[in-house]
Amino acid sequence: MAGRIKIRAQKKGELTEVKALMRHPMETGMRKDQAGESIPAHFITEVAVLHGDQTVMQAHWGAAVSANPFLGVRFQGGQAGDAVRVVWTDNQGGTGEGETTIR
Amino acid sequence: MNDTTKGRVSRRRLLNWAAALGALMTLPARAWATVSRPETAFDATALDQALMALGQTPTRHEGVIFTTPDIAENGAVVPIRVEVDQTVLPNVSKVSVLVEMNPNPLAAVFDIAPGTEVYIETRVKVAQTGNLYAVVESDGQLFMASRETKVTLGGCGG
Repeated sequence: MAGRIKIRAQKKGELTEVKALMRHPMETGMRKDQAGESIPAHFITEVAVLHGDQTVMQAHWGAAVSANPFLGVRFQGGQAGDAVRVVWTDNQGGTGEGETTIR
Repeated sequence: MNDTTKGRVSRRRLLNWAAALGALMTLPARAWATVSRPETAFDATALDQALMALGQTPTRHEGVIFTTPDIAENGAVVPIRVEVDQTVLPNVSKVSVLVEMNPNPLAAVFDIAPGTEVYIETRVKVAQTGNLYAVVESDGQLFMASRETKVTLGGCGG
């Protein structure tokens, strides 16, 4: 299961502003379905934002990050046309990836 | 099953681990040391426990700029923003977000590379009215800010 990420990177003065929207249920493992069965935990555990091959930020997440997570970060040194990537892995071994160029 | 298999890792679990590890390996070479996941802090079920597991009790500091809504109509999606006044809190390497009333208070830990602005926006679940905490590590010391968010609809409902 590879999730797509909506991602935008925009240069604002010295800084590059990255906004990413991931598609993911972010199940806590504490909810039950209509039949009363527990819904297994399923959430993104690791996220990284990369500028070219440099990691600008890496995050560890718990299940308390909202479903379909949004992430906004800012970094220095980006130039228009540079590649920016966001990648994630979840607790069930799933991965997601999105790439864009700075504009 | 005889006794010799007890305590061993099952084939299925091993395969799962291998798959997860493989997924992580596909991440490109990192520009700075990877910080391992703070499992103990994530597993903590009380705020104090989680804060202790992050290293030390943080000091309140007005250089931590934490923005949350005063009232959240939907606790499942509460937008938050953490910034830092870098003139008073330089060299921030880590930002953690905690939600006091959640079953596991620690929601997220962000490792920030040198040169990255200390500016994090995301959305978290908040189970019920209570305090949210932003903890930052600056020059190895922990500092925090807290904000109360009133929740009119909890973040754990189905």
